[in-house]
Amino acid sequence: MPEYLLKLYITGQTNRSKQAIANLRQICEQTLQGQYRIVIIDIQEQPQLAEDEKILATPTLIKELPEPIRRLIGDLSDTEQVLLGLDLKPDTNHINNHTGGET
Amino acid sequence: MSTQVRKSVPKLKTGIPGFEHITDGGLPKGRTTLLSGTAGSAKTVFAVQFLAEGISKMDEHGVFVTFEETPDDIRKNMTGFGWDIETWEAEGKWAFVDASPQPGEESVVAGSYDMGGLLARIEYAVRQVGAARLSMDSLGAIFTQFADGGAIRRVLLRIASTLKKMGVTAVMTAERIQEYGDIARFGIEEFVADNVIILRNALEEEKRRRTVEILKFRGAPHQKGEFPFTIVPNQGIVAIPLSAIELKQQSSNIRVTSGSAEMDKMCGGGFFRDSIILVSGATGTGKTLLTTHFIAGGTTNNERCLLFAFEESREQLFRNAAGWGFDFEQMEQAGLLKVVCAYPEMAGLEDHLLNMRAAIMEFQPHRIAVDSLSAIERISTIKGFREFVIGMTSFIKQNEIIGLFTATTPTLVGGTSITEAHISTITDSIILLRYVEMFGEMRRGLTVLKMRGSIHDKDIREFVIDNQGMHIGKPFRNVAGILVGNPTQIAPEEIDRISGMFSQK
Repeated sequence: MPEYLLKLYITGQTNRSKQAIANLRQICEQTLQGQYRIVIIDIQEQPQLAEDEKILATPTLIKELPEPIRRLIGDLSDTEQVLLGLDLKPDTNHINNHTGGET
Repeated sequence: MSTQVRKSVPKLKTGIPGFEHITDGGLPKGRTTLLSGTAGSAKTVFAVQFLAEGISKMDEHGVFVTFEETPDDIRKNMTGFGWDIETWEAEGKWAFVDASPQPGEESVVAGSYDMGGLLARIEYAVRQVGAARLSMDSLGAIFTQFADGGAIRRVLLRIASTLKKMGVTAVMTAERIQEYGDIARFGIEEFVADNVIILRNALEEEKRRRTVEILKFRGAPHQKGEFPFTIVPNQGIVAIPLSAIELKQQSSNIRVTSGSAEMDKMCGGGFFRDSIILVSGATGTGKTLLTTHFIAGGTTNNERCLLFAFEESREQLFRNAAGWGFDFEQMEQAGLLKVVCAYPEMAGLEDHLLNMRAAIMEFQPHRIAVDSLSAIERISTIKGFREFVIGMTSFIKQNEIIGLFTATTPTLVGGTSITEAHISTITDSIILLRYVEMFGEMRRGLTVLKMRGSIHDKDIREFVIDNQGMHIGKPFRNVAGILVGNPTQIAPEEIDRISGMFSQK
């Protein structure tokens, strides 16, 4: 399994930021078996990085590796969308039985 | 009633030509102004120019937030106006915040989000260049990028309040569907509602007319109504503030020659130096001839003359003048004459006005002549024409130039033209040229109808044209009804009898 490089852009320690970090950690632990690296970037401290990546919405998660690069926005509470967005097959054991559609 | 005087919001000079007049000094300082307009109403040009003028005229730096075009497109598209954005960026005077849609990348939405990234980047860019100005163009595009309209509205409010704290004056552009309808799409005006400017590009009688209107400035005065503007290469938007023009022209008692000794006598010693003279007559009555005399009279006194010709070509004018014994070519070589010929249809009204102003500024004439205003009227709407004439006359009066305009009447005998009706109150003197039919022969009559601030000859005099130009002769003593186009003979004895009735002796 290839190594995942995930960069999470947040704006300060807001509830939404904390939520996104917790959700991301949980999903990675459950699906990536240690084959990942998470970098958390607070764009209030490093605005140039937000400029470089043209971040508008926060939180934004960018999957830099493996290719292709993917972008997700939101607090990552929608696990199914996160797994789809990261090109990970949804693990049916951890997903509630609703099958996509409106979220 | 409160006796407290409400202090109005201070203004920031935009530097956009003419705009300060309309806004009574500029945009409300430290506030965000919504700039709304239909597609093609020059919103982006305005947004860019707002920053460009700040940098080049006031040394105020700017941040440009683009939601629609890429920074590269903007850099390229604006070079035609002479704005070198790339250099300004390198000098740290201009910064882009690129929020344009990125190709080939679609974000997956996985939970709730806010637009904190945009706000953080804007704050960062403002700090980096020390910006006093900010433009956002255009808000509609961000609403199509993100589905959560509420998040966008919240961030726009936060941006506005953050900029206010930082003392940045901002312009946000937004689309509207119709020229006269809702202020903007997505109800944007409801949350940035303090100041609203509307740009229009309306189709009126098959003519495009650009206007700018200040819809509201909360707590600050401004001019009301629509003002025409135009877009000039190498300059950008130029607003034409007509009602804002102050009536503070000086008036002079100095007389200058009309170019004809007899005419000077009729006017009580010549025209006033900074007056506007309207010459009205049917085709062929001698308007261009009078213009030629007017110019020749100026050049013999070493005055510089500028002639705007909208009906005849340069060659025709020069040949006509030669036929009356005037050498335009020599005057031109002496640097005393400049002839500008243009087809009225060649440009819009506002562009003509600006071109004429530019020619006046460049040549610095003592007198100008426009032959004829009626040709200009052809290409304009009634309202537009009146604005044009007011704009023209006030400009030349402010520069203490004497101006002679001609107007063509539609009928051969008698009558008035629309041109006359619109500008007669603005002019200081009116000279009428009329055909007079007598004994089966067309003769020419001339009268000074009005001459502000001076006595003048009230007679209708006959004049003839030969290879020496115009010769004004005796009054038509035994004819009545010339001006209404219905000359009738009166017996000489009758005239004597009527004159005698009012004899002062």
